[in-house]
Amino acid sequence: MKDAADKEAVIRVRGLRTQFGTHVVHENLDLDVYRGEILGIVGGSGTGKSVLLRTITGLQKPAAGSIEVLGVDMLSGGRAARGSLDTRWGVMFQDGALFSSLTVRENVEVPMRAIAGLAPAMRRDLADLKISMVGLPYLAGDKYPSELSGGMRKRAGLARALALDPEIVFLDEPTAGLDPIGAADFDALIRDLGRSLGLTVFLVTHDLDTLHAICDRIAVLAERKVLVTGSLEAMLEVDHPWVHEYFHGPRARAAFEAPSSGNASGDE
Amino acid sequence: MDQGIQIELGTVGEDRQHVLRLIGALTVNTVPAAHDRFQQVEPRDHSLTVDIGEVSRMDTAGAWLLTDLEARLAKSGVEMELRNATADASQLLESVRRARPEREDVPARPRGFAAYLETTGRAVAAGSVFLVELLGYLGLFIARLGHVIRHPGQFRFTALVAHAEDVGFRAVPIVALMAFLIGVVLAFQGSAQLQQFGAEVFVVDLIAISILRELGILLTAIIVAGRTASAFTAAIGSMKMREEIDAMRTLGLDPATVLFVPRILALVLMLPILGLIANVMGLLGGALMAWIDLGISPAMFRTRLIEGTDISHVFVGLVKAPVFALIIGVVGCHAGMRVKGNAESLGRMTSSAVVTAIFSVIVADALFSIFFAEIGL
Repeated sequence: MKDAADKEAVIRVRGLRTQFGTHVVHENLDLDVYRGEILGIVGGSGTGKSVLLRTITGLQKPAAGSIEVLGVDMLSGGRAARGSLDTRWGVMFQDGALFSSLTVRENVEVPMRAIAGLAPAMRRDLADLKISMVGLPYLAGDKYPSELSGGMRKRAGLARALALDPEIVFLDEPTAGLDPIGAADFDALIRDLGRSLGLTVFLVTHDLDTLHAICDRIAVLAERKVLVTGSLEAMLEVDHPWVHEYFHGPRARAAFEAPSSGNASGDE
Repeated sequence: MDQGIQIELGTVGEDRQHVLRLIGALTVNTVPAAHDRFQQVEPRDHSLTVDIGEVSRMDTAGAWLLTDLEARLAKSGVEMELRNATADASQLLESVRRARPEREDVPARPRGFAAYLETTGRAVAAGSVFLVELLGYLGLFIARLGHVIRHPGQFRFTALVAHAEDVGFRAVPIVALMAFLIGVVLAFQGSAQLQQFGAEVFVVDLIAISILRELGILLTAIIVAGRTASAFTAAIGSMKMREEIDAMRTLGLDPATVLFVPRILALVLMLPILGLIANVMGLLGGALMAWIDLGISPAMFRTRLIEGTDISHVFVGLVKAPVFALIIGVVGCHAGMRVKGNAESLGRMTSSAVVTAIFSVIVADALFSIFFAEIGL
């Protein structure tokens, strides 16, 4: 499916401007995300990576510009049009953002309740499948979010985001706060699920290993806009001081020069 | 966007094999229908072929359904063969097959009398631990107070003043209004009853004794418990949650000295003052209502108040204030320290602190009543 529509933009952002009071976060920001790719968004702290994610998913109202997701205009489109997107995308927030009064399984079942005719038993089986697909043990389904470790909460958050096999998944810092082994596992998980489900992944990250291991394309946020986009190799050629520093710093070198090809290498 | 799914059961080939042909989208939207249809499939011989060549779109739910059918058939000894799967579909099926969870049984919770007994026992044990802990916190407060009295340099005077403003000064309007209204209510209710006996003037005694002895300070303590115990728990609890308390310990700061002593001491100093304000306002409210409703003039109210009400009532009332303050402060700080790492427990502990503080204040008030009755005050 992803080969057929290689260059179809599922997210199209044009001339985006977001600001809080007088503080302008994005100015004239353009971005395309193509179907089936894993796009990594990087940028220094405070460059508005998470704000961009929130703006695209409609949690934050931009001051100007246009956002189109799966052909639906997010700003002028009506509520009904935007509502139809709810089952076509999934968002994983930084700490999972699981509903604390529900068990993990019930959390994963929440999006499935929107499907008419899905019997509770089947919903439960599907939820168990998703929980298992993100690498959580079966019994984790009965636990409450507060009983899980940070890494498990992230996995559970991913399971909920993937509950309905969305076309686009937004991941906010999926590997932040995980140990290198857990982070590498999570990278592999996203890559494998992305391939087998044909997902488009919008990934906000700071993790150079993640960029190296799974991202097809990288977009750098700087100077209030998407400064450059391209493959990791292309990033290494960019002349901008911040980009150069980011991709040629000691950590970057350690991450990129590790003797691995396409595999997440956590052990620096 | 999903079209429906069509399922056709037919036979092909010279050996008339059973073939299940799926046409359309096999997604979470069509899975319920397909699932019902699959339930009816009863293959006659020991193999079933499923042709998914005309499936336009398949998601995890669809793949799950196919693997489910496969597993179900395998159990009854039937082999299932998938035909015409695209590369993407096979890959998806493979990952779903690999991820298929093994049902594990959760150990059932014991039921019956023994379990009930166990729950009761645990509750009782937890209750006594809770009481002992509260006593421990009271002791901790007194020990640290003694320590800062000997080393006044370590005492945080600014914090004391800030907390005093917060728990005392800012509570004045609500406490004053509450006491005024209680005075009004007492006068109104008292006069209705006493008028029947022509004993209107005793409404002054009724108001004075009930407000000065009991209601003024008790209701003030209840309001302060609701306001301040929750504030203490929320403040200390959120510091506990963000590991600020641990940070303090590693920096050589004692949380009891830094957090508990100024808070509880401020409360101990402020609650008697609030109680006094409540007394005055209660009497004012009562006097006003007595004047309007019974025609007892303020001068007469004053005379009757001074003649008929012993000063010991004021003493009996106000002497309880520091004790109530200790209870509220210790309960609030203790609940704050019991907060665990999540916001949920912060909310739970905050409400439990308020309930415990109010309940303990009323219990203490009852004990005081018995005590004062015994010594004849």
